[in-house]
Amino acid sequence: MPIKLPDAEALCQILADQLRPHVDLAHTALVGIHTGGAWVTERLHAMLGLHTALGVLNVSFHRDDYNQRGLHANTQTSHIPFETEGAHIIIVDDVLYTGRTIRAAMNELFDYGRPNKIELAVLADRGGRELPIAADFCAHTLNLPTAQMLELERAPDGTLSFRLTDK
Amino acid sequence: MTLSSTNRNPQLNKHGELTHLLSIEGLPCDMLTRILDTAIPFTEVAEREVKKVPLLRGKSVFNLFFENSTRTRTTFEIAAKRLSADVINLNINTSSASKGETLLDTADNLAAMQADMFVVRHAASGAPYLMAQHLAATGQNHIHVINAGDGRHAHPTQGLLDMYTIRHYKRDFTQLTVAIVGDVLHSRVARSQIHALTTLGVPEVRVIAPKTLLPGGVERLGVRVFNDMKEGLRGVDVVMMLRLQNERMQGALLPSAQEYFKSYGLTMDKLALAKPDAIVMHPGPMNRGVEIESAVADGTQAVILPQVTFGIAVRMAVMAMLAGA
Repeated sequence: MPIKLPDAEALCQILADQLRPHVDLAHTALVGIHTGGAWVTERLHAMLGLHTALGVLNVSFHRDDYNQRGLHANTQTSHIPFETEGAHIIIVDDVLYTGRTIRAAMNELFDYGRPNKIELAVLADRGGRELPIAADFCAHTLNLPTAQMLELERAPDGTLSFRLTDK
Repeated sequence: MTLSSTNRNPQLNKHGELTHLLSIEGLPCDMLTRILDTAIPFTEVAEREVKKVPLLRGKSVFNLFFENSTRTRTTFEIAAKRLSADVINLNINTSSASKGETLLDTADNLAAMQADMFVVRHAASGAPYLMAQHLAATGQNHIHVINAGDGRHAHPTQGLLDMYTIRHYKRDFTQLTVAIVGDVLHSRVARSQIHALTTLGVPEVRVIAPKTLLPGGVERLGVRVFNDMKEGLRGVDVVMMLRLQNERMQGALLPSAQEYFKSYGLTMDKLALAKPDAIVMHPGPMNRGVEIESAVADGTQAVILPQVTFGIAVRMAVMAMLAGA
């Protein structure tokens, strides 16, 4: 039976609504994980009208599968254009799965300083956690078999959509 | 045994991944591009509060310098340390080699100490190849070798950091005219630069040198030869100066430092013949007043210090690619 995938555009709206009462426009900073998380971050940043600069994280340097898979080809540079020391930061990703990417993202963030608080916002939680990590804000949950990958795509016109692929 | 007698490229493993970096010659364009791409995010590590990433945590990198070098050894050491590796520096001319131990015995001994990577500088061309072949022959494929300069043969990380610098300032290799100036005959740096530039698609690579400092048949590497510096610099986008080693003055190759500077030193006047936005590079250490005038070295077109900074990122990228292969 084919799984009906959620509408990514609608989920961005839901996630923005969840975050709105919680963010301080002048101080809360969003940091997206390259690449899908960075797309969602751009959306949320505009929808919420945040005044803080938005950050992007490339987590390749902290991935725990480096010894098995080597360095992932990734030319995106982490860019944190604000002071992380004492900051309130919300990490944004498209899909929460094992939790390993989020662990790597937190390690990466700490290389820039010690934030006061880090929270996690995701468009979709697909289950299958391998670490004690949970999202603080989540627009949709679903259960997918491990053989399948849920990926966010961005069309040339900027529209976001989910795609399901076999590993 | 010749270097080309091996059947397959010893630098790539059976999956086509880079497992040793011995020479730019023999690496395809997409591999060079991949190394340059991989280096991009590493440039930013130096700007963080914590200038360290954990990719090589628990790995032991041995800097084996059979020939003196402070600068190259230091940049490899910084690169390895920023990757969290343990770094052991061995200046072998003051150690085992002077007691008669062979290169391969040294390699075996360090392998027995659980080495993960050798960074090798040697006066003999081909020494890092010999080491890599020996490691393969003795089933020690998990140890990676980086050539940090062998004789007159190659200095691949210098060539790569030069390419990174050119791409950073000029973007597209396929539109460029690049001049390499100086002692091409004795320069492993020049050889690595020429191979890298031609592989990456630079349409015109020029070498500018007196006849006594050019290797025979250099044209076969795909370069245009100029003996007159003014003619050679006309309209170039990039000027890559080579270091003139003082010991060359002692032979009959050159009259004097002053004479050399007059004909082949880069002055503001000569640089004016290149394109107005041409960049000036030098692998260091510079001999001011011999191959380059101070006004040029300290001028707005010089990118000599950025080369050093990019060199750390490129070496980090190479080490991370090898250790992950």
